[in-house]
Amino acid sequence: MTVTSSRTDAATPLVPQAPAAVPAVPAATVTFSIDGIETTVPKGTLVIRAAEELGIAIPRFCDHPLLAPVGACRQCLVEVWAPGRDGNLSKMPKPQPSCALEATPGMQVKTQHTSAEADKAQHGVMEFLLINHPLDCPVCDKGGECPLQNQAMSNGRATSRFIDVKRTYPKPINVSTQILLDRERCILCQRCTRFSEEVAGDPFIDLQMRGAVQQIGTFDTHVLDFAGEAPAGPATLDVSGKPFSSYFSGNTVQICPVGALTSAAYRFRSRPFDLVSTPSIAEHDSNGSAIRIDHRRGVVLRRQAGDDPAVNQEFITDKDRFAFTWQVAADRLTTPLVRRDGELEPVSWQEALDVAADGLAAAQRADGTAHGVAVLPGGRVTLEDAYAYSKFARTVLGTNDVDHRARPHSPEEEQFLGHAVAGRTLQVTFSDLASAPAVLLAGLEAEEEGGILFVRLRQAVRARKQRVLSVAPFATRGLERLSGTLLPAAPGTEAEVLDGLVAGSSDSLLSDAAAALTAPGAVVLVGERLAGAPGALSAALRLAERTGAKLAWVPRRAGERGAVEAGTLPGLLPGGRPVDDSAARVDLAAVWGVDSLPAERGRSLTEILAAAEAGLLGGLVVGGLELADLPDPAQARRALEAVPFVVSLEVRASEVTALADVVLPVAPPVEKAGTFVTWEGRPRPFPQALASHQMADHRVLDLLADALGEPLGLQTVAAVHAELDQLGGWDGARVPAPAVDAAQPPAVPDGSAVLATWHQLVDAGRLQTGEPFLAGTAKRPVARVSAATAAAAGVADGGSLTVATQAGSITLPVLVTDMPDRVVWLPTNSVGSAVRDALGADAGAVVRLSAAALDIVGGVTADATGEGVTA
Amino acid sequence: MAEPTRPTPKKPTPKKQSGTSATGKTPVARPSATPVRRPAGTPATKPAAGREVGAPAQGYTSRMPGSTGLQAALAPVAGFGVTLANLFRPTVTEQYPSEKIPPKPRFHGRHQLNRYADGLEKCIGCELCAWACPADAIYVEAADNTPDEQYSPGERYGRVYQINYLRCILCGLCIEACPTRALTMTNDFELAGPTRAGLIWEKEDLLAPLRNGMLSSPHPMVEGTTDTDYYNGAVTGPTEQQEAWVTENRPDDPSLPANVAKGVPPAPRGETAQAQADLTAAAIRQGTR
Repeated sequence: MTVTSSRTDAATPLVPQAPAAVPAVPAATVTFSIDGIETTVPKGTLVIRAAEELGIAIPRFCDHPLLAPVGACRQCLVEVWAPGRDGNLSKMPKPQPSCALEATPGMQVKTQHTSAEADKAQHGVMEFLLINHPLDCPVCDKGGECPLQNQAMSNGRATSRFIDVKRTYPKPINVSTQILLDRERCILCQRCTRFSEEVAGDPFIDLQMRGAVQQIGTFDTHVLDFAGEAPAGPATLDVSGKPFSSYFSGNTVQICPVGALTSAAYRFRSRPFDLVSTPSIAEHDSNGSAIRIDHRRGVVLRRQAGDDPAVNQEFITDKDRFAFTWQVAADRLTTPLVRRDGELEPVSWQEALDVAADGLAAAQRADGTAHGVAVLPGGRVTLEDAYAYSKFARTVLGTNDVDHRARPHSPEEEQFLGHAVAGRTLQVTFSDLASAPAVLLAGLEAEEEGGILFVRLRQAVRARKQRVLSVAPFATRGLERLSGTLLPAAPGTEAEVLDGLVAGSSDSLLSDAAAALTAPGAVVLVGERLAGAPGALSAALRLAERTGAKLAWVPRRAGERGAVEAGTLPGLLPGGRPVDDSAARVDLAAVWGVDSLPAERGRSLTEILAAAEAGLLGGLVVGGLELADLPDPAQARRALEAVPFVVSLEVRASEVTALADVVLPVAPPVEKAGTFVTWEGRPRPFPQALASHQMADHRVLDLLADALGEPLGLQTVAAVHAELDQLGGWDGARVPAPAVDAAQPPAVPDGSAVLATWHQLVDAGRLQTGEPFLAGTAKRPVARVSAATAAAAGVADGGSLTVATQAGSITLPVLVTDMPDRVVWLPTNSVGSAVRDALGADAGAVVRLSAAALDIVGGVTADATGEGVTA
Repeated sequence: MAEPTRPTPKKPTPKKQSGTSATGKTPVARPSATPVRRPAGTPATKPAAGREVGAPAQGYTSRMPGSTGLQAALAPVAGFGVTLANLFRPTVTEQYPSEKIPPKPRFHGRHQLNRYADGLEKCIGCELCAWACPADAIYVEAADNTPDEQYSPGERYGRVYQINYLRCILCGLCIEACPTRALTMTNDFELAGPTRAGLIWEKEDLLAPLRNGMLSSPHPMVEGTTDTDYYNGAVTGPTEQQEAWVTENRPDDPSLPANVAKGVPPAPRGETAQAQADLTAAAIRQGTR
């Protein structure tokens, strides 16, 4: 540690832990007894939960604490004595399912431990369940962790009396490319269908038929009226239906109590006793979902949802569950590389660090036009890595030219982040969302960009009639499943709509929405896309002030919030300290043990790349980012070619490493310990899962700083944490609120439209490569336009539409949608629709529309392998 | 005859004990259990560390009747009687490796992965053997059978199968666990070698040799059958369709009847098994008289 500060009484760490949840005090309680043990539980508690609290195990299959009780499997039968109307205790004539029975005062429950009747009933039910259950255990993925296996041993007969032929079905059905259904293994507990209906809102599968042939099957999507959103991959059709397609379908595999639902990715890969489980945090979005990484001999075989009631409960998205093979992709970098005679050559760490240090020092010293070094950490960093980038830029390179935003951004956004986000952790949490009467989403598509955020919102919508409002060009199926209200806004007019949310608005939609947001506890969630709409973030701040609603910023990438806290922005130091504030600089310089920090505000990513392109930059240190994700990928490529010296810290070979002079390999999340910070500002530390020689970014930067002769003191995670704790938060002045006026919407000539775009959850992102089964569940890329716009372009619904700019074009099938005219929506980075790369444009730009010459599916820039660009 | 030389730990007489304490030495009774250094007058209350466990504290007197008369006279050479008697009995020494005597039929020897009558593998990669193994000697990875590569009947087959004979204790719990009787034990006991790697047997080393016209896997299942039919023994040999499939996909396969007829040598066995066989043969040559 190099900290020489005298400040030892830091009140709070930089990103403080969330306080422990306080159990709610029940309004009313019920006292009853189970197996003669008297217990008091909140009114409305199910008998099976009360038994769990007492440590009494009752076998069950259909029961799941996060799903409504259904009493489908009958395995949890217990004997119940309850006081009748006359007050005398009398036995219920038949055994009762304890998972669907609320405790009542004076009730006496006898489980299989004390009641021969309950035990006999459970044995009988188990025998019935096993009649048609095939003896697949040796080939079944659930074998070894199967509730049916376990409970057949604990609550079943040792031998079978069944001598007839079992009912069989052809096996297995590919419900989607990822989910496989083995109908003969199913015990009809309906956990999967209840999950689909209650949690995900994707009722693609349900019970069909009756009696002995009752089975789980798929619906006809045309009947359900969401035709058009078909999965990209092939899937077998059921007798009457369409393939199962959902971003949350992996959860049904995990909650299935038998092996009826299995995933193609994990099929036959291992047994539970082979696996070593490490708790971790998903790296794909800013929710910080708890996951469990199951690995065998240093290879990750699957990821399961962890159990964190405060964040993701017991569910995760399919992307969090299945997209992990990128960490062992064939293009993983394992040794440092140095460019010699135009070719990257593997070298030793010492040599690479020396070359990098010499190059960076030369770039700093250069007195020509090209001088100075800038840092672009990218948005996938952990808090520790972001902090190291921040400190490296300020102390070693002596510059504020650092910007982690590898996406469209604006100075207004930076001001917004400094004013309303940095240093304000845990002001809006998932539990606030759960209790909010109304939630406004602006520039945020809850399902596509939020993942588990959507699940939590839907839970609140179902449980407490939460009102969801969305400022977007059209109502997505995600919004429909939230029973949400659309506040239509063409791209670029978000600020106008947000400012129009006033109580006395002439538009009843807007005045209603404004009224809903004035209710105490209402929340406004703004997405990172709002940075692309000038004035929108300023308008969101005004809206929050006007209505009293709480405001939170929900970025897509896992590292964004931590990077904001760590101050990897040109005008922001760690903990929300403004660069312009001399007191903040002095405070930080004392902790960092340097004389002074650069006082001049740095350049943003766009400004850095512009300077680089113009030959005004001496060097670049680039973290994990994809050039195709940047606001102008073509400019970024030119800039990286123009910069004299580029150091890249990457996990896999990328466009950046191809242009770099020194490539330093770093560890992916599974091979390092670190902390992701959720959009709430909740630190989510995770341990290293696999043994590895690879080093985290902060360790590599520490070595690089040593080589430059300016020790950073961030060698270990513990050292970083010690410094973060010492640094603490900032109680001084914040960056002032942005006050940017909304831009005038551009004129849209005939034959053109305004582009709307956002990422889909499963797309061509770089962190999803190597997982063909997951890619098959992605939504088929479509271009959405209104009927009038389609007609004007001369394209029928389902025909092919070409969207073009000066830079290039994208051709996709058209899906006519109820949305404003002269607006076209494209997925930002799906297969065949790499908007920024192909069009060089982003949301709000004016693009030309035309009917495609040939009806081809996929665009001219289609990347057939799915090896596209980032998440 | 053994009496005088046997180093029986005897409690020393009081006389000796006093002598010991006087001189600080143990003059005669070296194997005595009495500690050497003890303050004078301290009674020996408990046996000192290092004494023979269970030796009687009060000394030992044999309860067996002593020999008398002729028996006593011959006692010094009585032991040779056993030797002399055995000179005239048949010898039990096995002249291994000059003569190899097969072990008992149920001897737990090296494992074998069996095949069905048409040559498909019985192993489904369920890992129950690995689960049952008390020595963690078995490593299995399963995989999906595909129409192009069907190794075993049904959906699943063992892609990787390793038994580490450095760990294996040949207890046989694995073969008890096997649900398809894929894994059995042979009588082969020659499992010694100079390298560690040479004792890790892979699937190709363990697979049973092809017999009675079996076709080497992968090839499709017999048409119209299920894995249950295979298990019940309904498949008795390869069909023409299976042969045609192998002919089309692997015309050079040595297990094809046409190739067998041409005299194509059978497929070599696994590398490790071959190395072990060579090693064993060399050792047997060297050891043979």
